[in-house]
Formats: sequence, C-alpha cells, structure tokens
Amino acid sequence: MTSWFGQIGLPEVIAALIVLALNAYALTGGADYGGGVWDLLASGERRREQRELIANSIAPIWEANHVWLIVAVVMLFTAFPSAFGTLGVVLHIPLTLLLIGIVLRGSAFVFRSYGSDERVPARRWGMAFAIASVVTPLLLGIVIGTVASGAAGRASEQIGKAGFTDVFVWPWLAPFPIAVGLFALALFAYLAAVYLTLDARTQPALREDFRRRALGAALIVFVLAAVALVLAMRAAPRLASGVVTAPWSLLLHLCTGVAAIFALAALWLRRFRMARIATAAQVTLILWGWALAQYPFVVPTTLPIRQAAAPRITLELLVIGLAGGAVILVPSLRYLFRTFKGESHTTR
Amino acid sequence: MSDLLAARTQMALSLGFHIVFAEIGIAMPVMMILAEWRWARSGDAVHLQLAKRWAKGTAILFAVGAVSGTVLSFELGLLWPRFMELAGPIIGLPFSLEGFAFFTEAIFLGVYLYGWDRISTRAHLASGAIVALSGAASAVFVVMVNAWMNTPAGLVMSGDRVLRIDPIAGMFNPSTAQQALHMVLAAYAATGLAVAGIHAALLVRRPSSPLHRAALSIALAVGAPAAVLQPVSGDFSARTVAQWQPTKLAALEGQFQTEVGAPLRIGGWPDERAARTRFAIEIPRGLSLLAFHDPSATVRGLTAFPRDLWPPVAPVHASFQVMVALGTIMAVVSLWALVSVARRRDLASNRPLLRALAVIAPFGFIATEAGWTVTEVGRQPWVVQGVMRTADSVTPMPGLIVPMLTFTLLYLGLGAIVVALVRAMVRETA
Repeated sequence: MTSWFGQIGLPEVIAALIVLALNAYALTGGADYGGGVWDLLASGERRREQRELIANSIAPIWEANHVWLIVAVVMLFTAFPSAFGTLGVVLHIPLTLLLIGIVLRGSAFVFRSYGSDERVPARRWGMAFAIASVVTPLLLGIVIGTVASGAAGRASEQIGKAGFTDVFVWPWLAPFPIAVGLFALALFAYLAAVYLTLDARTQPALREDFRRRALGAALIVFVLAAVALVLAMRAAPRLASGVVTAPWSLLLHLCTGVAAIFALAALWLRRFRMARIATAAQVTLILWGWALAQYPFVVPTTLPIRQAAAPRITLELLVIGLAGGAVILVPSLRYLFRTFKGESHTTR
Repeated sequence: MSDLLAARTQMALSLGFHIVFAEIGIAMPVMMILAEWRWARSGDAVHLQLAKRWAKGTAILFAVGAVSGTVLSFELGLLWPRFMELAGPIIGLPFSLEGFAFFTEAIFLGVYLYGWDRISTRAHLASGAIVALSGAASAVFVVMVNAWMNTPAGLVMSGDRVLRIDPIAGMFNPSTAQQALHMVLAAYAATGLAVAGIHAALLVRRPSSPLHRAALSIALAVGAPAAVLQPVSGDFSARTVAQWQPTKLAALEGQFQTEVGAPLRIGGWPDERAARTRFAIEIPRGLSLLAFHDPSATVRGLTAFPRDLWPPVAPVHASFQVMVALGTIMAVVSLWALVSVARRRDLASNRPLLRALAVIAPFGFIATEAGWTVTEVGRQPWVVQGVMRTADSVTPMPGLIVPMLTFTLLYLGLGAIVVALVRAMVRETA
C-alpha cells in the first residue's frame, strides 16, 4: 500500500499540503507584507488615507494570516524532519534575519495601533512596520530561491568541508536567490494593491491610487520574473528546465499567463473583484510551478520526498490531525473574513 | 562562550521571553470576557470600559507572544537540528495540534478586538471564550512536547537508530498531565495576581474607583483559585520527577547522598565539589515524605549517578527554592483574599491585603521563570532524557554568539517597549 494514485503516496500528499499552506500564506500573509510595502511607498496628497486604509484592512486578520507560516513549518519538521534540520543549518543566517523581520513587523504594527502617544508618534512605529514588511518577504524569497536552486542542498554536503562563507553565506547571498526575493516582494506588493482596491470600495480616489499601484507592480513582477528565469538558467539549471521543458510546464505557463493577462485586463477595466481572483490565481500558479519544478525533492537535490519522510505512523496521524484541524479552521476563517471583509462580496 | 552555551542561552532567552507573553495570552482573555459578561448582564458601563482596556492590553501582549512564538518554532531547527531530526516525527503531532489551537486563537482574537461594532454581544462573548479556550489548549499541546523531552515515551532506539515510534504514546507520556496542569494553573495564577496587584496598588490610592474594584474582583477570581491549587499540582509534578527523573529531583533538592528518610532542605547552597548542600534548614524525612509520600522512602542522591549525568546543581536548587517560596506566598495571600471574600468583607478597603497583593504582583512571572529553569536545566545534560544529549543536538553552524547577542538585544528592546506601553496604559487608567 504505497500509493493512492500511481507514484503519489502519503509523503507526496503531505508535501503538497505544505505547499498548500505556503500558498495560503502567500495569498493572505503575503498580501499583509505587501500592505507594509505600500505604507512605505505612500505618496501624494492622500498619503495619510492610504496608510489608514492599509492599517484598517490588515489589522483584524494579520495574526491569523501569519499562522499559515507556522503551520507550514510545523508540517515540515513533522513530516520531513531531515529537511527541516538541513535547512535550519545551512540557512541559519537568512532565517534568523527573517525572524527578526517577523518580530519587528508584528510588534511595530500593534505598537502603532495601540501604543502610540505624543512621545512616540505613530509614524515611527509605522516606519518600523513598513521597513520590516519590505525586508521580510525579500528574505522569504531568498530562502525559497536558495532551496529551489539546489544551493541549499549542495551547501549541506559541504558542512565541515568547505569554509564558513561557502556553506553559510554565498549559497543564499547570490544573484538568483536575491532575484527570487525581489520577485516575491513585488508579487506580494502587487497582491496587496489589488486587494486594497477592494477595501477602498467606498473611496474612489483611494481606489484609483491603488489601481495605479497595482498596474505598476504588475509590470515589475513581469520584469523580475524574466530576470529570475534568466538567472535560473545558470544558477538553477534543473529548476529552469523544470519550469521550461517539463511536460506539465507548458500548460502551467499557459494558465499563469492567462491569469496574469486576465488580472491586468480586469484592473484596467476596473473589474476589481475579477482582478483579485485572477491575481490570486496567478500567485497560486507561480507557487505550484516552483513546487512542481522541485518535485520529487524537498531539498534539491539531496533530499527526495520519499527519503526525507518521517515514519508512516507519523504521516498518517498528521493527515488525521490536519483533517480534524481543518474542520475547525475552515469555518472559523470564513467567519473572520465574513466579519471584516464581508461587504466586498456584495460590491463590484 | 562556546557555541553550545550560546545556543542554550539563546533558547533559554527566547523561551523565557515568550513564556511571559504566552501566560498573559492564556489568562487575559478569561478576564476580558468575564468583564464583558458582567457588563452584558448588568449593563454596568464600568465593566465594558474594563473589558475594552484589557482587550487593548491583550492585543499588544498577544502580538508579542505570537511573534516570539514564531521565533521559537524556527529556532528548534536553527539551533537544535539533530534534536528535531530525531524528535520531529513524535513531537510534530502535538505541535501541529498547537498550530491549529493557535490559529483558532488568532482568528477569534481578531474577531474580538475589531468586532465590537460588527457582531452581536453574544457572538462577541463567544469569540472571546474561544480565544480563552484555545489559548489554554495551545499551552497543553506545547507542554506535551516538553513533557516528552522529560519522559520520552513512544520511542524505541537501538544505539543511535530509531527502531519504532509511537507518537500517541509520546503525547501522553508520564509527565504530560502533571506538567500541563502546572503550566495552565501558572498562567492563571501569574497573570491574575499580576493584574490584581496592579489594581490593588491603584486602589490603595483611590479606594472608591469602581473600575479598579471591578478589575480587582475579576483578576482575583481568575488568579487566586489557581494560586491556591498550584502547590497541590506542584506536589503531583514533584512526585513524577522523583519517579522518572531521579537526577533532576536530587539536583532540585540538593540531595547528593542516597538516603533513607531524606530530609527536606530549605534554602542552602549545593557545593558540587564537596557533594553536599551547605547552610540549608533541614526538615527530617521531609523529602521522602513529599516525593514518595512515605517518610522512610529511599531518595537516590546525585552520587548514585555518573558525574557527567549531573545537571548543574546550584542553579537548579536555587531556582526550585525561588519557585516554591514565591508560589507559597502567592497561595497564602490568595487564600487570605478568598477568605475575605467568603466573609463578605470589602476587599477594596482592606489596605493590608491590597498592599500584599501589590507586592506579590510580579511573583507569578518570576516563579514561572524559576520553574522553567528547574525543568530545563534540571534535565541537563540531556535534551531528551536518557536518549539524546543537548551537546549532540546543537547545530554545526559556528559563531552562535552572534545570533544569541542579536536576539538578546532585540528582546531587551522589545521588553522595554512593552513595559513602557503597559505602564502608560496603567497610568492612563489611574
């Protein structure tokens, strides 16, 4: 009983669930970081209103959104403990920086909402929040780029053999991971701008502000995607060939392209709900494109899914636990978003 | 400083920082909804005002708890990758359940904090209740992991190789119930009495304030019963330690020689070199009685074990003394308050009691830190008792003093800001 559908067994299912959790994180928590980017870049005469809209739109939901990351991490160390161990060692530095970003972003946000007074003006916390919101997704992208390119896997084989910087610094401080970091940052900013057009439904001028920002971000996303792909040819040939030549890739790219064009067109035509769906689809397809290109490895190319997987009993219990958790989680999340984002379902 | 010591220091700091916010995150929602519930029943605006103030404080403290908890989940791999490779498949399950409990907590805290005008009072109260429940559940799940490190059930090894695992047995290991109970009670006692202490201090100055009166009674309702029950739960825990972790028991009691009818040592300083505890007040047969409920039970001393399996004795013994002393004082003051309430005395005009409550306000958090020191340092040199040494689980990454210092500075800064914000809030109320 190793498989349900051909080669797909329990380890693959759990790997897919981890990608799903990351997908949810990108669409929710990622957009919250994007909000911070627009806080930093707030400009024009409605600068203050832009920042208020961003704060109000993420305040009730950001903590819940953030938990997707923890869920993904916990699933990783439960189901693929050796992968978690390997990544914890070779990506120690960027992950530590990522954590500092997470701590500063979250704390600064609540300090601004609840703790500002005449001595420490809200803007100072706002600045810390905004800067951390830029740095954190950049590092998240760098970490993913390092894993995807196989550099993390290669570094793990050099522990104790190569020098400090060759194992712990250069694998992630390299053009391709940085390009992926910038790409992730742009993608999250794009997503946030599109969501904000919906949250600004009662304020037409603000809505236009974020529509323009979304269109600009879409362009940057496109450019950075091209840059990352070109860099991948050299730095991550296996990944690049997965993205370019694998049998599934043409269809996936077609879908991603269609979603991207659809999102742009919808934004242009001010069909904001449509734009949100299309942008979310675009982000989702990009993420799954990465996951499929990396298949069958958790850490390319040293730890295949099968080899890294925990004992079967753990995987079975984990799936049961996740199913049980989902029964509570799905209605709770729906309630949260209904309560705070509900009106957007009724407006165009 | 060696890399191992730096990693241990960073982990201790991260846990020590997080645990305070975690405790507050467990207990504050209970107080918050009690205040709101009283308002909903009586229409008394003071209780609504109180609920909103507490909610504001909870928002800040919960967020710091959430981000510092995220740090911990990563640090397991950043600092102890070998431990996670061994333990992940077992402790991953309680961690996953904790993930869901925390998710629920974060979702409904968002609903609670921002939903005052968007949902009915009943739905609002229910959201708060879900936050309180899932907070306690999170604590239970996380403590399961620590309990497993103390008494690792469900793991069969042959040398370094794992032969078989049973994650369910791992979750319900011999320490789980005791430790979970002790931790949840600690959260209610520490937070409840800290809040009671703050409002008691304010009542000394303004005895007629209805807000502080309401706050004191709710905070005591949460903190005092827990503080009174905590010594009982402590006894339960100590007996489990006596049975499963004899070196930890010996260290926390400063027991070097194996003794029939061992005395209970109060205070004193363990001298590892001389293998004896000096200057302690000894209560004959006390330890045998407490640890085994038998005055002539044999208590194994540290010298019965190889020297390299001893935990650092002095810090464990000292922390244990601090925890027990502070816990006892908290229980006594709580009992005093509860008796006054039972006799229908007005708490707010009982100035000696108010002063005592104000003095013990920080005791619960100090006792918590001391208790964690006992359980963590007392388990050394093991990260998983009898299975894996802490030294064997640390990351091969060199220069760990750098992240350790970085997080020290980060948490010092964050701690200072939080203290300033809470002080400003209290001043605003006073």
